[in-house]
Amino acid sequence: MLPLLCVLTGIELVSGLVLDTFEEALLASPSLLLLVPVTIGMAGNLGSVMAARLSTAFHLGLLSFSPTDDRLAGNALATVALSMTVFPLVGAGAWGLTALVGRTGLPFATVVLVAFLSGLVLAVLAVVVTGITTYAAYRYRLDPDDVVIPVVTNVCDVLGVLVLFGVVRLVV
Amino acid sequence: MTVREVAAEAYRETLPVLLLSAVGGLFAGLVLVGMEAELAAVPGLLVLVPALLATRGNVYGSLGARLGSALHQGVIEPQFGLDDDRLNAAVAAALANGVLISGFAAVLAVVVLRLLARPSTGLVSLVAIALLAGFVSGLLLTIAVVSVVFVGYRRGLNPDTLAGPVVTTTGDMIGMATLLVAARIVLAIGGG
Repeated sequence: MLPLLCVLTGIELVSGLVLDTFEEALLASPSLLLLVPVTIGMAGNLGSVMAARLSTAFHLGLLSFSPTDDRLAGNALATVALSMTVFPLVGAGAWGLTALVGRTGLPFATVVLVAFLSGLVLAVLAVVVTGITTYAAYRYRLDPDDVVIPVVTNVCDVLGVLVLFGVVRLVV
Repeated sequence: MTVREVAAEAYRETLPVLLLSAVGGLFAGLVLVGMEAELAAVPGLLVLVPALLATRGNVYGSLGARLGSALHQGVIEPQFGLDDDRLNAAVAAALANGVLISGFAAVLAVVVLRLLARPSTGLVSLVAIALLAGFVSGLLLTIAVVSVVFVGYRRGLNPDTLAGPVVTTTGDMIGMATLLVAARIVLAIGGG
């Protein structure tokens, strides 16, 4: 397990370096800093839940890899809908908590918009990454439970930081 | 099942877990906001944050999955104590992995920051912070995972569905809180 963990840690450090480059913007707006762990976590969760569901469907022989497959499309749709439900609440929560303990640094609407846009982009990326990884596991005859979830979770973690960075540059 | 039915079922089953882990993530963020002084005092500390949080999930999520499988197969009993060799071995392996990887992440972070000519704290202090945070969060997460999996199993719940959410919710909070405490301790004894 240790070699895989070392590779994953290397991948995660990339997102750490991206965070480091926008440390000043994050420290200037505590509500954005507060969004960092939750965005990383939710991106990983969206990917890992979809990966787990696809793996199970795959083991049960219920999954075919075509864009018109009901299970593939249904899970993709649910991932986007879940993200659009949870991320605006996360944005509101981040603003509320920073308002409680000190200064927020940004207006309420901006923080909710940053969270919502990040969530939307991340849901689409999570679907793409999970679909590709599950398909690769299937092609190379690897057990999706062993391979897909760690890869998807860690790739989505990194994407979480990159997308947050992109949206912050665009909106703020 | 139609696309709509698949989507509705996945949505219904996942939403509670996601909301729970969102609450955990927000509190982890609150700790990060409270770390402003340490982030400024220890250049490179923020670089470690994603790697350390992911390690908690990777290592202790896998411990939860192993315990779940072992309980299902009947090779361990859901009893707390220090006399079960299999349980001790699984816990020791998880702790060793967690601490080693935290140290590795700190060394790699300092090397990469130096190569990029970015500001970075001393190797010793960043490694000390990572090892201390890795060890303490490992102990706390082991207690959390083992307790929830055992107590849940005894009450007839499936440990496979319990371990994941517990690790994602408590892992980020415990990971950030122990990183804050470790940074303060190392700064207090003169690192940084």
